[in-house]
Amino acid sequence: MRTDDVTAPDLFLGLDLGSRTTKIVELAAGAVVGFEVFDTTHDSIEQVRARLDRRDYVRAAATGYGRFLMNAHLDCRVVTEITACAIGTRFVRPQAGLVIDIGGQDSKVILLGNGSGAFADFEMNDRCAAGTGRFLEVMARLLGFGIEEFGRAACEGGEMITLSSMCTVFAESEVISLLAAGRDRASIALGLHGSIADRVYPLAARFDVNGEVLMAGGVALNPCLVDLLSKRLGRPVVVPEHPQIVTAIGAALAANEGVKP
Amino acid sequence: MAARIRREECMARSDELLKDLGLDVDLHRRIFDAVDRNFRETVLAQKIRPARMAYFDGVIHEAHGGRVREIIERRAAGDKLIGTFCIYVPEEIVLALGAIPVALCGGTSLSIPYAEKLLPRDICPLVKSTVGLALSNTCPYSPIEDLAVGETTCDAKKKTWDLLAKNGDLYVIELPQKKGARDRDLWFEEVCQFKTRLERLTGRTLDPERLAGAVRLMNRKRRALARLNDFRKEANPPLSGLDALVVMQGALLDDAIRFTERLEALNDELEDRVRRGIGVASERAKRIMISGCPSVLGNWKLHALVESAGAIVVCDETCTGSRYYENLVEEDRSGLEAQIAAIADRYLKIECSCFSPNAERIDSILRLAREHRVHGVVQYVLQYCHTYNVEAVAVAAALKDAGVPSLKVVTDYAESDTGQLRLRVDAFLEGLGR
Repeated sequence: MRTDDVTAPDLFLGLDLGSRTTKIVELAAGAVVGFEVFDTTHDSIEQVRARLDRRDYVRAAATGYGRFLMNAHLDCRVVTEITACAIGTRFVRPQAGLVIDIGGQDSKVILLGNGSGAFADFEMNDRCAAGTGRFLEVMARLLGFGIEEFGRAACEGGEMITLSSMCTVFAESEVISLLAAGRDRASIALGLHGSIADRVYPLAARFDVNGEVLMAGGVALNPCLVDLLSKRLGRPVVVPEHPQIVTAIGAALAANEGVKP
Repeated sequence: MAARIRREECMARSDELLKDLGLDVDLHRRIFDAVDRNFRETVLAQKIRPARMAYFDGVIHEAHGGRVREIIERRAAGDKLIGTFCIYVPEEIVLALGAIPVALCGGTSLSIPYAEKLLPRDICPLVKSTVGLALSNTCPYSPIEDLAVGETTCDAKKKTWDLLAKNGDLYVIELPQKKGARDRDLWFEEVCQFKTRLERLTGRTLDPERLAGAVRLMNRKRRALARLNDFRKEANPPLSGLDALVVMQGALLDDAIRFTERLEALNDELEDRVRRGIGVASERAKRIMISGCPSVLGNWKLHALVESAGAIVVCDETCTGSRYYENLVEEDRSGLEAQIAAIADRYLKIECSCFSPNAERIDSILRLAREHRVHGVVQYVLQYCHTYNVEAVAVAAALKDAGVPSLKVVTDYAESDTGQLRLRVDAFLEGLGR
């Protein structure tokens, strides 16, 4: 916690406790001055506590799946990832009108309005995790790709093989059958990406968007999905420099909110 | 300590009753301990509750105890127990024939596996929970029920009746799908046939005087429920949405006269609380309407979630809400046929999503949103309830035009999606400027 140091600007932390990865963003004088991304483990309180102890900060805000856990054990504010992602998006890309955030276990589409609220409306996938980051991970492993190369490899697919199921378990057996039938794995990968785009597209298409469409979350690092979504939506999908930390930036801004400079 | 001993005594007495009825006492305890825990952790955990809510907590507690014993006594005196599954069943006719209407809808996830022995998994939790209670031999009303009355509101129910008809006496009322002149005629005929069926069951003839009395009683009950809900229009309501729900759940189960008297007493207490400025919500609490599917006994999930997030539920546009108490039966009709027609007219005004078109429901939602000055509406869809799920599209659009934000949640009775629901509800409230 903060000691009395009058020279350094106040530091605010945003903690985004996702189901797969945890993100910490440092904000000082209205600018991001540092960030960290690491895998979430079974003991995320200690993981985060150790990192907070090393920092001299004024306030932290937690968001994501583990936000209440942090709030119960550490002195921090709590904000939903919907609001945090909206605030973060406005910060990294003021021109954005809509943000698509595909995380480890859910996908959200948030409409940024002109009103006073952080967002105007939002849509989320239903309770099943089909078509999220976790689905991509399982499928990449099945096809023998690393998660970083999966999207690039899918871009090389010669044809888009249609997959009938988005359920992780059913899709897995379908992919195994396709491999057994000797189908090209890049084309299967392209088909899998296509089915995720089909799942996300209707959520985004429900909104009238004024401004750019931004993609946030770790899945935004996948070039194939960004390309497919751009084509489905008929407009470019913009990816910021570090898409994984957009929501954590929003949490850091929420930690800063209402605090006088 | 004393309370614990009383509770244990109570349970032992209850166990004996269930054993006498031939039920599976161990399984019953397993299911209803969970329901009881849920009730304690949600409803009873609230602070600053009206003192007279104690009676309605008792109605929930005695649902498988005192109420069953009381009905057994009345049956011994020749009265009949009528199990219902929907608020379209005209209670006036049941009451006028000295019979006892009790809603048998299930609100617990724990009985669902026993329904899935028979039914497909992908139908709504309300139907599965209800059927599961009957099939798991844990519903104390099943062994003493003289007639179960189904209705043709949704596909899952219609086909379930076909399956259950083998297990005992089941009568199905046909509800039309539209509200035109021909549909009104059909519905009037159905209510008349229901009357004839109940006359045969009870061995009694429907008496116009007694029917007029039952109409007055049900109207009095509805007026008392409407008054309770008027208090929820206050700037700082004197009771929570969870408590209002508990009262509504009791309405479908308890003796009509006693319930109404107790409710009128609760209303007097609420009036006093309003006068003295005692409310249950903070000034900043967002006022929420829950609209759509019912939350029957055992199901406090969404109300508890919304209110634990710091908002207050000020209106329920559901079968466990306005659809049950709005619209009265015309009292000054003379002659049995005219009386029955008045009853049929009132019930056909209920705005269930099984009707097409159903524009009146949207008008009601907009009116209630104004009357209760809601900040937002949560559309509650039980998973696989297609009619409320699809109608939610038109409802959301109408609310948007009226400048009222809304959120649709699709869920069942299980706790597995609490985290995801919490996120949606919290984000919705943040969007309202919590």
